[in-house]
Amino acid sequence: MTLNTQPNLARPDDFYEALIDMHRDLDDAQSQSANAQLILLLANHIGDHATLLEAIRYAREGVIDMPARNGEARPLAA
Amino acid sequence: MSINYQTLSFEYRPCREQSTPGGAEQAAYPVIVVGAGPVGLATAIDLAQQGVPVVLVDDDCSLSTGSRAICFSKRSLDIFDRLGCGQRMVEKGISWNVGKVFLKDELVYTFNLQPEAGHSRPAFINLQQYYVEGFLLERAQEMPNLEIRWKSKVVGVQQNGTPGTHDASVTLTVDTPDGEYALRGRYVVAADGSRSPIRNLMGLDSKGVTFKDRFLIADVKMEAEFPTERWFWFDPPFHPNQSVLLHRQPDNVWRIDFQLGWDADPVLEKTPERVIPRVRALLGPDAKFELEWVSVYTFSCLRMERFRHGNVLFAGDSAHGVSPFGARGANSGVQDAENLAWKLAMVLDGRAADALLDTYASEREFAADENIRNSTRSTDFITPKSPVSRVFRDAVLKLSRHHPFARQLANSGRLSVPAVLRDSPLNTADRDEFEGAMVPGAACVDAPVQVAAQPAWLLRQLGQQFTGVLFCGEQGVDQSSQAALDTWRAGPIPLKLVVVTRGDPQAVTSSAAQVAHDIEGLAHARYDAKPGTFYLIRPDQHVCARWRQLDAGDVGYALKRALCVEGTA
Repeated sequence: MTLNTQPNLARPDDFYEALIDMHRDLDDAQSQSANAQLILLLANHIGDHATLLEAIRYAREGVIDMPARNGEARPLAA
Repeated sequence: MSINYQTLSFEYRPCREQSTPGGAEQAAYPVIVVGAGPVGLATAIDLAQQGVPVVLVDDDCSLSTGSRAICFSKRSLDIFDRLGCGQRMVEKGISWNVGKVFLKDELVYTFNLQPEAGHSRPAFINLQQYYVEGFLLERAQEMPNLEIRWKSKVVGVQQNGTPGTHDASVTLTVDTPDGEYALRGRYVVAADGSRSPIRNLMGLDSKGVTFKDRFLIADVKMEAEFPTERWFWFDPPFHPNQSVLLHRQPDNVWRIDFQLGWDADPVLEKTPERVIPRVRALLGPDAKFELEWVSVYTFSCLRMERFRHGNVLFAGDSAHGVSPFGARGANSGVQDAENLAWKLAMVLDGRAADALLDTYASEREFAADENIRNSTRSTDFITPKSPVSRVFRDAVLKLSRHHPFARQLANSGRLSVPAVLRDSPLNTADRDEFEGAMVPGAACVDAPVQVAAQPAWLLRQLGQQFTGVLFCGEQGVDQSSQAALDTWRAGPIPLKLVVVTRGDPQAVTSSAAQVAHDIEGLAHARYDAKPGTFYLIRPDQHVCARWRQLDAGDVGYALKRALCVEGTA
């Protein structure tokens, strides 16, 4: 199994709103805890180790790449 | 009448090298073991049992002070059984199989380390280190070819000759109350502990990670109603924001291990004024108890890069160190001892090439890595190294209250199991189809059997020397297997033979083989055995090779490979 990065969310905008709403009225520590719990819940649902490692790799690459891109002029909307 | 092993003192006696200076130049002992802790004693006993004369030197004249290592694993007990002192350990020890993990005062996770019946030994016993050392020492004292020299401190190490050849040896300078003398051995086993003087004398080090946390061990004597289980709390109400471990030992002694944090003052925290309130917070204001032993410690996960340096072999804490969560320190050291002893015996006897000792290093380095990996993971959970690591740790614990999946992530220590030496060069790879856990390199599992119509255990029939185990199901020994067994009986390397039968043991006519009656069928099941299945077992009870049909040529090849004889690698 490989990580599906093609559109797969049944209701993308509703999901995103719910994700942000999860953090409503939470302080930073609570938000961090909620994020961590969410990651753990989703990871268990996926289960497959290779898929999880792939997601972890993409997430880390997304951060490691960031400093290099910071200086670039980026379009506001893509 | 029980012996107080902590107060025993052993007499220094001058030895013959001291009265005949230069005598060491002529006579090299086969093996000198340095350090009379659990690892050195186990190594020395095992060697002596194999017929190798041993000198064991120790810089002190007493056993362990304080309980120190208390959890001895099933594998260690199986080894102690082979060394002739397992029963005493189990009789004195507190047997346990179950561990519980609490968050605050709520139970979140229970594990059973031995969920199936049909094993001679429990998953663990708790037993103070001074008892383990005392029982091993008494066993060692029974052996006529094992000489113990107390108050003998190694202050010099010199390697002689070309390593790997017959003229290679090691000369130790030993300091005693009567001054120094030279002691020469073909091989030296350095089981001289985490601060290993021999390692330092040789300019070597053990590298790794030291964890920034402090823990308090309070061993208290009390009458208490806690069950004989390992209890571990994260953030309990009686010791907020830290962890606590509670464990029962013999003689009504309880181990309580409090996490203190890095900023704790190690001297102050050892004082009764600080310790007693902590214990009282756990036990209640009216609890009656005495402090038996108190220690504040930090820990590291580290190992030497190589466990063999010329003819010096490092074993136990001198070679590797782990955190105590997982009971992987003393237990892995005892497994080092057993891995090393038979190899030394075979090499000294000329049956194996010196290269066999390189596999001591490679197999036990592999095992040390596994222990360090498990120990580091536990420690990272108990003592998170970064804020985000702490966030995830707490998230796991919070989820574990309501969501079963998170309980498997709660890591209060993954307890010691023997490493499967899967990639060992001593294994012969499977050619036939097998299921189950008894792959080449695995430590043999136990099963109940009958020997001579008496209840017995399979493991007791295996090891000490190479053992061939023929499973024959309901049938007798077939003709082809019988012919192969006969070939082996006349072979150059003694092979102990065990026939495991599900049928009438009287019908197994093979002489010179031990017959084990597998009345419950568990031996056949655990080894995925069919009629004709043959296992070759190493002297340390690890599976070496296995086949569906016994062939004398196959066994001969596998045996040579397991002894590093040329042309089999």
